[in-house]
Amino acid sequence: MFESPTRRPLITGKTSYSQITEDIIKPIEAKPTKWWYLGFTVSLAALGLWLLSVTYLLFTGVGVWGLNKTVDWGWDITNFVWWVGIGHAGTLISAVLLLFRQKWRTAVNRSAEAMTIFAVVCAGSYPLLHAGRPWLIYWVFPLPNTYGSLWSNFNSPLLWDVFAISTYLTVSLVFWYVGLIPDLATIRDRAVGIRRKIYGLMSFGWNGSAKGWQRFESVSLILAGLSTPLVLSVHTIVSFDFATSVIPGWHTTIFPPYFVAGAVFSGFAMVQTLLIIMRKSMRLEQYITLNHIDVMNKIILVTGSIVGSAYITEFFIAWYSAVPYEQYAFANRMFGPYWWAYWTMMTCNVITPQLFWSRKLRRSLTASFIISIFVNIGMWFERFVIIVTSLHRDYLPSSWLMYSPSWVEICMYIGSLGLFFTLFFLFAKFLPVIAVAEVKSIYKTSSEEEIAKTAAKEGLDLREAHAHTQGAH
Amino acid sequence: MTKKYILGLFRDEEPLLHAVHELRKEGNKIHEVYTPFPVHGLDEALGYKRSRLPRAAFLFGCLGGTLGLSMQAWMLGVDWPMNIGGKPALAWVDFVPVTFELTVLITALGMVATYLVSSDFIPGNEPKMPDPRITSDVFCIAIPLEGASATIGSRLRQLGAEVQEKEVEL
Repeated sequence: MFESPTRRPLITGKTSYSQITEDIIKPIEAKPTKWWYLGFTVSLAALGLWLLSVTYLLFTGVGVWGLNKTVDWGWDITNFVWWVGIGHAGTLISAVLLLFRQKWRTAVNRSAEAMTIFAVVCAGSYPLLHAGRPWLIYWVFPLPNTYGSLWSNFNSPLLWDVFAISTYLTVSLVFWYVGLIPDLATIRDRAVGIRRKIYGLMSFGWNGSAKGWQRFESVSLILAGLSTPLVLSVHTIVSFDFATSVIPGWHTTIFPPYFVAGAVFSGFAMVQTLLIIMRKSMRLEQYITLNHIDVMNKIILVTGSIVGSAYITEFFIAWYSAVPYEQYAFANRMFGPYWWAYWTMMTCNVITPQLFWSRKLRRSLTASFIISIFVNIGMWFERFVIIVTSLHRDYLPSSWLMYSPSWVEICMYIGSLGLFFTLFFLFAKFLPVIAVAEVKSIYKTSSEEEIAKTAAKEGLDLREAHAHTQGAH
Repeated sequence: MTKKYILGLFRDEEPLLHAVHELRKEGNKIHEVYTPFPVHGLDEALGYKRSRLPRAAFLFGCLGGTLGLSMQAWMLGVDWPMNIGGKPALAWVDFVPVTFELTVLITALGMVATYLVSSDFIPGNEPKMPDPRITSDVFCIAIPLEGASATIGSRLRQLGAEVQEKEVEL
């Protein structure tokens, strides 16, 4: 296929097929670096905090949270929605970008999918624990029982959520693993002894045959086709948890698209945060280039603008509806007791991503990293604002209450970050963080060396076109 | 069961594709081709039929959708109808999200199970491949020695391959 040689390369520096294998598989075979041990230890410590607070919660009851009769959703549901949102970028990258044949996805899809799975695990823990007695959680599924059988209520968005999140976790996991099989075989074929046994067990006897690849591509394409509507459905259904209720500030039809855009926005921000650290610490700058960072920043800019427009639309409709409760809910968000949360959200989500109009900032690692953190914080506050400010002013002023988290909620939040990063560090140590076979498949069309060869053949001077990529390495 | 094969090892996809086209034109029987990554056009060059996995996926999708919708309709409409503010027990619109999720779930799981079974992918299976470097940077054409033309080795070399004769199970 013809590829314009003026298109910027996605693999920079000197490479070859065997060099790609070497660069990506080496960290798995070598001893972890000091930085890995340091990061892993910190994550484990945070995970310990999670275990501690969850154990205390289970032995005492959800009363240890700061919730009350008026504000009965707090940090738990905020964190649930935040984590699910973060879990949207992986599938978007691997599925939607596969359908659109975007080659840059090959360098980032593996780690983004892993991140998706770990984020959904963290998300799932919150409603599970909010249920109070997680050992009875099977009650949500329509299983025959001694009460009639009395079935689950399929009219409830909360039940839709159970199906959406568990389907999403399962399908993402399957998609991720199917993609991993050829790369696990690559590790197997370089290894000896126990490592060969383990990776041999995990790679199912993959042999790289033409028939095998044909089936592989067929399965990947269909899984991508299935995951695309799935990923949109998940956050749509999460938004139904709010939108189908009659709480002012929640009862709006804009919620599904607005939540999906926000999810992609926060997901890409988290991918950006992780990739910037990963490319540096694992020396993957040749594969995760500034061009990758740049395109992801563009997606953050687009989705951030959608989210910003949604905030303004929501505000306008509240005024235009002429419903006093609705109008009050929005005025209260801005100037009520939680004004600081609202303005943090507005600053982080509406203003900071707009900085990415500047090409210089989009291609600056420091700026991208800082802005991605801001977006993560902003999107957390968005959920907090939606949940807490809408609830804390009930219809009856006598029920008006304030909410602040208890130490258990704070420890559980820090702890869930620990769970997420522990899983991510284990992934980075034991599995290939970049899809080796997929990167090889774009090598001919998208590596710096091959593009230069093509250009030389056609007598083009690329110095001009690629001048701005030089600062990258 | 092991058999003797002539292996043509290549270092890149273009010479491999070219060789497959040429060898097939000349009437040689190719057992299988092994590559480190999916090479576009290779399955057509080998004359492979399109995979039937999409059909399996479609059937599983029909199954999932039917099961999902009928399960909800039977549970809430037939087995235990509930009076919720006098609204109809068979609230079809409410059944859409769960029907959708179950369709996707059963399609994905069913298709991937079909994929694993049809490819004989079982945890712990030993790979049936002619050279361990295939998963890194070697592209390999395997031709059964039995019935191969006498000049096949030199023809492969001419097409740019490194030639080996090996007794393996493929």
